[in-house]
Amino acid sequence: MNRKAAVSKAYVRPMHGWWRRDPFFVRYMAREATALAVLAYAIVLTVGVVRLAQGEAAWNGWLQALRSPWSLLLHAVLLVAMVVHAKSWFEIMPKTMPMIVIGGRRVGAATITRSGWAATVVASIALLTIAWWLRR
Amino acid sequence: MSDADRSVEIEVLRYRPEQEDAPVWQRYTVPYSDDLSVLQALQHVKDELDGTLSFRWSCRMAICGSCGMMVNGKPALSCQTFVRDLLPGPVRIEALAHFPIERDLVVNVEGFVRKLESIKPYLIPKHPRTLAQGEYRQTPEQLEQFEQFSSCINCMLCYAACPQFGLDPEFTGPGVLALLHRYNADSRDGGRAQRMEVLNAEEGVWSCTAVGYCSEVCPKHVDPANAVNQNKVNSAKDYFLRFLSPKGAT
Repeated sequence: MNRKAAVSKAYVRPMHGWWRRDPFFVRYMAREATALAVLAYAIVLTVGVVRLAQGEAAWNGWLQALRSPWSLLLHAVLLVAMVVHAKSWFEIMPKTMPMIVIGGRRVGAATITRSGWAATVVASIALLTIAWWLRR
Repeated sequence: MSDADRSVEIEVLRYRPEQEDAPVWQRYTVPYSDDLSVLQALQHVKDELDGTLSFRWSCRMAICGSCGMMVNGKPALSCQTFVRDLLPGPVRIEALAHFPIERDLVVNVEGFVRKLESIKPYLIPKHPRTLAQGEYRQTPEQLEQFEQFSSCINCMLCYAACPQFGLDPEFTGPGVLALLHRYNADSRDGGRAQRMEVLNAEEGVWSCTAVGYCSEVCPKHVDPANAVNQNKVNSAKDYFLRFLSPKGAT
């Protein structure tokens, strides 16, 4: 939309297609799009809870559906998207936090990002350990 | 071939409101030298080729913040951007993105100045203080809380990097919010409550979607994205804690 101020005749450039103008904006949009993968996985899990409430047959049907090739493909795609999601958010995380001073020195952005990854690794290992322990 | 024989093509987005309804690209050929800045290339155009070209500049040393423009699509101070890094050319120069163009490379900064005034960008003492009471004292830690944000030179490159400002010109924007934080984070200042209204507004920190490009293009390493996003926490606290304290969380 080319809006023009009545007095100064200043020219306002259109914003159409702004996100394609710079690779930085494309990466930003990719980061935002991975939120849809988070939503998709939340829906898959919610369906699982609903099926569980409907009884054993429904629950087993859901488990069966998860083993289908399409489901495995979907989960592979969702996993990649979740990793991209985590990576991009850990990169922006230092920008969202107040200054952290430990021992008189400011904690750097790279340290904050690495802490995010460390927490992810610890949580993932804990989850896999619990899953393995429950399946024994 | 020596530098004296070389030349480089410069393309400038021209807009002369009395002459054209929409901006048009115009090409100039400028003598090349290894130390030619984009600003010097424009000055050569104005002095030798076309005196009608309009652009702002002042200090030539990246401190006045006047010469910001889009160079090959990226927000940059033209005085510290060198043509040698942009070879073989042509170098495409356009007015700072997201601002209305008044003429050629000159943008309208009225909105920016209005926002800057609205955040009271000066120290508001907690209590009246006389000269006899002497200077304020701060620890290095207290200084560090705001020092980087005080480096802002109001060049508005961060606004040209912010799509949310482009989509909504009412967004207070990265530079002004970083300066708001600079004063709120200063231990000598008592004006926080007066500034929270700007910060809490929808056009305040909440219009930011953490694109983060503002911090990439800042020539002074202010990191406005950090100032804006850490204040989302302060804004949320300010909102919820008012239920606990009648005076609000100030």
